[in-house]
Amino acid sequence: MDAARYLIDYLIFPGFLFTAVVGLLTTWVDRKVTARVHWRVGPPWYQPFADTVKLLGKEVIVPAGARKTGFLLMPVVGLAAATLASTILWKANLDPGSSFIGDSIVVLYIMTIPAIAMILGASASGNPLAILGGAREMKLLFAYELPLVIAMLTTVYKAGSFSFENILGMQAASGQFLGSFSGTLAFIVAIFCAQAKCSILPFDIAEAETELAGGAHIEYSGAPYAVVRLNMAIMFFIVPVFIVTMFWGGFTFVGWKILTSILKYVAIIVIMVLIKNTNPRVRIDQAVRFFWGPMLVLSIIALILAVLGY
Amino acid sequence: MSLTLKALKKSPWVFHVNTGACNNCDIEILDALTPRFDVERFGIVLVGSIRHADVLLISGPVSRNILPRLKRLYDAAPKPIKVIVVGACGCTCGIFKDGYNIIGPVDKHIPVDAYVPGCPPKPETLIAGVVKVLSTL
Repeated sequence: MDAARYLIDYLIFPGFLFTAVVGLLTTWVDRKVTARVHWRVGPPWYQPFADTVKLLGKEVIVPAGARKTGFLLMPVVGLAAATLASTILWKANLDPGSSFIGDSIVVLYIMTIPAIAMILGASASGNPLAILGGAREMKLLFAYELPLVIAMLTTVYKAGSFSFENILGMQAASGQFLGSFSGTLAFIVAIFCAQAKCSILPFDIAEAETELAGGAHIEYSGAPYAVVRLNMAIMFFIVPVFIVTMFWGGFTFVGWKILTSILKYVAIIVIMVLIKNTNPRVRIDQAVRFFWGPMLVLSIIALILAVLGY
Repeated sequence: MSLTLKALKKSPWVFHVNTGACNNCDIEILDALTPRFDVERFGIVLVGSIRHADVLLISGPVSRNILPRLKRLYDAAPKPIKVIVVGACGCTCGIFKDGYNIIGPVDKHIPVDAYVPGCPPKPETLIAGVVKVLSTL
């Protein structure tokens, strides 16, 4: 009986179906806000769904020099990991009792698997441009993980526990972590790391439409490319959810709290899209220097302030 | 009409290749993609890789150097792919007809679905060409 419940959790409600639909709608919000910034009308709401269905119906090409298994399997591995992270996050938000010890660590490390799967899939494709994109993604992964973990440790220190139940409970009892000085600093660091994690504009170095022609995804076509895009949509959906859970009191769907929950989420998405639209792409060395320089210093200051009680 | 074809009509992704044009058509193609015309309303997006494309937009007469690349591009594209030729040179070789390195218009080498004549065509004509190709699906 438990197994069936877990399967339904994973495949339908907080899991795959729900996350995919809301994730695709989130990418529509991204495209629409970008269009409004450009003074355009922008695509209709069903545009991401049309793209996905169209890609599912197209021919699947495996390049001659590719390793077929790794090339076709890696997008699915990334999708499975992103879905698992989303399921754990939403279960912890909707029903704090289902939280377990250290699940914030689990979610943080499961969220790196889509990036690793992307690197492996790009390397298996046998295209030099894709391998270059994969190498850049790897450097970016090393760059942003350290500040993100230290920013997360700030909230963990304040809550005194690694589990989402205690982090959310602490925020419900004594105010959101975003309200404190160290929480705000860590939140800024987390927003920039989220930008790199979703690989959107200042840090979309791995894709680089203009000089790498799609980068790590260059050889994917048809259904595998639909899975890759779905994967990116889900990452774009769950990284803000993770930030809201860690810093901004999480989500509750009781009474008027529904409205504030949705507003919090949309606010973070709009901040990320505005950063995306007002910044050019940086080089990989600039990105690494940015994350290991100012962002690392900011996150360490936030951690010290949290220890001092600010 | 199947669901995937319906979806294809809503999101044609374009890959652009210049097979030896004088750059006038390319400027007009870029104009059609600017915010003024806002082709993203119809789901048209310029993609970087031929593997992601649904529409192959070709400008210019085919020169001897580009021909093997053009054939490889057409073979590398995931089917169904639609081919649109832009400009007088792409349709008929235009003023480059007697050039020493020109080996015929595009439709002599790969199948073409729509022609957008003009030297150069206006962006409105280009968008009309894409719409016409989609109506043949």
